[in-house]
Amino acid sequence: MDDLLREFVIETNESLDLVDVELVRFEQEPNNVKILDNVFRLVHTIKGTCGFIGLPRLEALAHAAETLMGKFRDGLPATGDAVTLILATIDRIKAILDSLEHDQREPEGNDEDLIIELRRMVERIVSPAAQQTVGTLAPRALERPLRPGEASLDDLERAFRETEVEAPAKPATTVSADVGAQDDDGGKAASQSIRVTVDTLEQLMTRVSELVLTRNQLLEIVRRHEDSEFKVPLQRLSNVTAELQEGVMKTRMQPIGNAWQKLPRIVRDLSNELGKQIDLEMQGVDTELDRQVLDLIKDPLTHMVRNSADHGLETPQERRAAGKSDRGRIRLSAYHEGGHIVIQIADDGRGLNTERIKAKAIAHGLATEAEIEKLSEAQIHKFIFVPGFSTAATVTSVSGRGVGMDVVRNNIDQIGGTIDVKSVAGAGLNFTIKIPLTLAIVAALIVESGGERFAIPQLSVVELVRIRSGSEHRVEKIKDTTVLRLRDKLLPLAHLGHLLGAEDADVENGFVVVTQVGSQTFGIVVDGVFHTEEIVVKPLSSKLRHIAMFSGNTILGDGSVIMIIDPNGVAGAFGSTVTSQMAAGDAETKHAADEEQTTSLLVFRAGSSEPKAVPLALITRLEEIDARKIELSNGRHMMQYRGHLMPLVSLSDKVRVKDEGAQPLLVFSDGSRSMALVVDEIVDIVEDRLDIQVAGDNPGVLGSAVIKAQATEIIDVSHFLPLAFEDWFRRKEQTARRRPRSVLLIDDSPFFRNMLAPMLQAAGYEVTAAASTHEALTLLHEGRAFDVAVTDIEMPEMDGFGFAEAVRGDPRTADLPVIALSSVVSAEAVERSRRAGFYDYVAKFDRQGLIAALKEQTDVTRAA
Amino acid sequence: MSTENTQQNLKEYVTAMIGGQLFGLPILRVQDVFFPERLTRVPLAPAEIAGVLNLRGRIVTLIDMRRCLGLERREDNAPPMAIGVELGFESYGLLIDSVGEVLKLDDDAREPNPINLDPRLARVCVGIYRLEGQLLMVVDVDRVLDICDKAIAA
Repeated sequence: MDDLLREFVIETNESLDLVDVELVRFEQEPNNVKILDNVFRLVHTIKGTCGFIGLPRLEALAHAAETLMGKFRDGLPATGDAVTLILATIDRIKAILDSLEHDQREPEGNDEDLIIELRRMVERIVSPAAQQTVGTLAPRALERPLRPGEASLDDLERAFRETEVEAPAKPATTVSADVGAQDDDGGKAASQSIRVTVDTLEQLMTRVSELVLTRNQLLEIVRRHEDSEFKVPLQRLSNVTAELQEGVMKTRMQPIGNAWQKLPRIVRDLSNELGKQIDLEMQGVDTELDRQVLDLIKDPLTHMVRNSADHGLETPQERRAAGKSDRGRIRLSAYHEGGHIVIQIADDGRGLNTERIKAKAIAHGLATEAEIEKLSEAQIHKFIFVPGFSTAATVTSVSGRGVGMDVVRNNIDQIGGTIDVKSVAGAGLNFTIKIPLTLAIVAALIVESGGERFAIPQLSVVELVRIRSGSEHRVEKIKDTTVLRLRDKLLPLAHLGHLLGAEDADVENGFVVVTQVGSQTFGIVVDGVFHTEEIVVKPLSSKLRHIAMFSGNTILGDGSVIMIIDPNGVAGAFGSTVTSQMAAGDAETKHAADEEQTTSLLVFRAGSSEPKAVPLALITRLEEIDARKIELSNGRHMMQYRGHLMPLVSLSDKVRVKDEGAQPLLVFSDGSRSMALVVDEIVDIVEDRLDIQVAGDNPGVLGSAVIKAQATEIIDVSHFLPLAFEDWFRRKEQTARRRPRSVLLIDDSPFFRNMLAPMLQAAGYEVTAAASTHEALTLLHEGRAFDVAVTDIEMPEMDGFGFAEAVRGDPRTADLPVIALSSVVSAEAVERSRRAGFYDYVAKFDRQGLIAALKEQTDVTRAA
Repeated sequence: MSTENTQQNLKEYVTAMIGGQLFGLPILRVQDVFFPERLTRVPLAPAEIAGVLNLRGRIVTLIDMRRCLGLERREDNAPPMAIGVELGFESYGLLIDSVGEVLKLDDDAREPNPINLDPRLARVCVGIYRLEGQLLMVVDVDRVLDICDKAIAA
C-alpha cells in the first residue's frame, strides 16, 4: 500500500502541475480542443485512481471538476470564473495530497463548499447558454447521413457523459498519465522512461566523482613511468570514465521548463488579482541544466516574475497613457553560452524608479547624498540587490516585503552565478542571470603560489601571460599598484601570494592568469602553472567557508587536497584595495573605484611641486631610462627607443633633462612613431572623476582639477605632440587630402570646445562649434551642411541622446552621422547611444579614437 | 542514563597526550585515529586550523589541539597523530601528540573543572578524573570545534 500510495502522490502531483499550465493555456485559446482533451484526461485519471485506492475526498473533488470541464468539452464557453474555480479545486487537491504524503491518509475535512460552487457553475453555464450549445455543437456534426452501425456524435457524447465513471472514455486514459504524455506520442514516452529517485542519481554521481578521482590518480602514476604496459588500457579506462561522467551528468540535467512550470498559473492569478493584462512568453524551455542548480534558481525566478508582474508592469490605464498597448509582457528566455546558462527576465513595464532608489538608499544609510550624485543610473539600480531593500512604495500581498532581490542575488551567488539588471525608465526592466551548468565537476587550471598549489576554475580564465623582468611582458609598478600593459590595455594585477597573506612574493617573475569576472578583467600573478584538470568540487569545511578567496576544495590526482580559488573573491579584494587606497586620500572619493564614473589619471611632477596629471589612456608606456642614454642632437633631446629615434620634449622650461640617474618618461606612440614627455617624478595612478574646474591660460595645460584632494594641473597632450613631430596630427591626412570635411562640434563646456576644436582642425577638419544642442539644431535647420556631428552627452536642457534622436527624426538631417563624446563609457551607455541613433561612441579623452571615428564616418559619407 | 554491566555509570574514553597532559575523548565521538599525511596548509584560515587532508577520499579539516589549548609548538620531531571526529556531515581531525589506551571511567567519579583552571583549558574541558599518578581532562569535542567558529567571528 505504501509504495502504491507514494507512486500515486508523485504521479498526481506531476499531473496537477501540468493541469495548471494547460488550463491557463486553455483559457487563452478556448477553441483548442487538444488542450482541453489533455486536461480532461489528466483529471479523469486522477479521479479514477482515487476511486481505486479509496480516497473519497479527492475522488469527489476531481469528479466535480471533471463534470465542469466536461461542459467545456461540450462547447460551452470557458469563462475566467470557471477556470479560477477549477484552479482553486486543484489547489485543494494539492493540499490534500500534501497531508496524504505525510500522514498516509486523507485529512479530515469537507469540500462541500467547492463542490457546491462547481455544481452551481455547471448550472450557470448550462442554462443561459442552452441555445448556444446547439449552435456550437452543430459544426461538429457529420455532414453526411449516418451509415448503418454508426452512432451520431451527440449520442456518443451523451453515452460518454452518462457512463463516464465506470468506463473510461478512451483506452488511452486507463494508462496512467506520464509526465511526457502531453501529446499523441505520450504513450511511447511512457514505456521508454523509468522513474528513478533523485537519491539514486546523487549516489551515482558521487561514485562517478570518486571514479574520476581514482582515474586521475592512476594517470598521475603512469605519467611517472614512461613505458608502462598499463598505458593503453588506462587510456581506455580514462575514455570510458569520461563518457560515463558525461552520461551521468546528463541524467541530472533537466529542462529549465520544469522550473517555469508554475509560472503561467502564477501570472494568471496575479493578473486577475492586480487587474493587469499580462502575457507571459517563454523561450528556450528545453534548455537543460543540472537539477541541483535548477532547484536553487527556481524560487528566485518565481520571485522575479512576481516582481515584474506586481511592480514592473503598469495597469492597462497607465499603459495606455504611456502610449503602450494594454497588455504587458513578461519574457523569460534561456540559452546556453559556453559552460553557462543565461536566463533573462524582461518586462516592458515602467522600469526601475531611480529617484526612489536614491531616496531609499540614502534613507537606509547605504550612501550619502554626495556619494549618490556621483553614481551612474546603472550603479544606483544595483542598490536593489542590497539586503532589506524594496522599492515598492506600498507593501502588497504579492511582493514588496523587502526580502526580495538580495535573496535572489544570494541564491545566485551561492552557485557561482552573476545577476545584472538593466532598466530603461518607461521602457522596461531586464534581468540577466548567468549560472554554471553544473556544480559538481569543473575544469580547473592548477597553479602554484608560495610553494602551494591552487585550482582556478577554467571558465573564468581568459589567457595566460608569462612575465619576466626585462621582457616585453613585465610588471610595471606605480607606487603600490602593479599593472601589466597587455596589447595596449592596462591590466590591474593581484598577486595571489599577497592575497593569501604571504609577505615576500616575487612580483616580477611568474605567470599572469588573465581572469574575467562579469565585466571586470584582471590578472592574478602566480609563481607557476601546471596543467588543467577536471576537478570534483567539494564544499569547504564550515570552519573555512568565511574565506572569500576560496570557493571549495578538491582532491587532486596525486591524492593531495588543494583549495579552489574563487575569482569573485579575488575581484572583491581588488575593489577593497583600490577603495582603501582612495579612502586614505579622500573619504569622499571612496566610490571612485567604479570605472564607469572615473578616469584613470597618471599623476606626476614636472617643473614644480604641484602635481600634474594626464589621462592614463593617452599614455602608451611609462619608462624609466638611464639618463646617459639621452643624446643631444641639433639642439633637441633624443634617445634610441625600440629601433627608432625618439624625441624627448620637456613639459616646461623648468623641467631639466637629467644628466645621470634614472629619467622618468611618459611615452606616447602613434603607429611606429613615439615621443616622450620628460617629467621629474611619477607619483601615482589614481582613479578619480576628471572634473576640470579652472581652465588654464598656459599653453599645454587644459586646466586644474581636484585629484585626491589636491589641486592638480591637467596636461594637454595634444599641445606637446606637435612639438616632437610638427605633422603629428596631419601626417595621415596629407596623403588623402581632399576638400576639408566639416564637423559640427557640440559641447556646453567652452573649455572642451576650445580644446577639441584646435585638435580637430589640426587633424584637417573644418570645425563649427555650438554651445548647445539647440544652437546646433538651428544651424542644421538653417540648411548648413556638415559631414559629421560630434556631440557631448551630458548637457543641460536637451542632452546628446535627445540631439541624436532629433537629428534622426528629421528627414532633412536623418543621414548626418552623429558621434557621441562622453566621459562616461559603459556598456550600457554605448548600448543606449546606439539605440538613440549614434553612429559611434568615443570617450572624451580618446583623441585617437575620435579621429579614427571621424575618419571612418566621413569616408563612409563620401563613399555613399 | 543507561547502566551497563555493573551498577556503575561507565563511559569509555580514548586517551590522548597533548603537551604532557592526559586528555580523554568520549569514544562514541571518535571515528578513527590516523597519522596525518600530505597536509595542505590553508592560507587565511584561523590559526587553530592546521590544514586539510585527504583521508580515503574524504576531505578532513585538521585542528591543532596545541593551538586551541594555547600550548607551545612541539619541539621534538615525532610524527603527530590525529583523532577523527565528525560534526554533521563534515570530518575533522584533532591533532594530538600521541594516543593512549581506552579507559572505562565512572561518570560519578568525574569532578568539575577546578575554578583556577587555565581558561583555554576550561573552554574545552568538562571535567577531571583523578587517575593513579595523573589527572585526565575530559574533552568536549563540540566545544573544540566551536573554538574555530569563535576564531572566525573574532
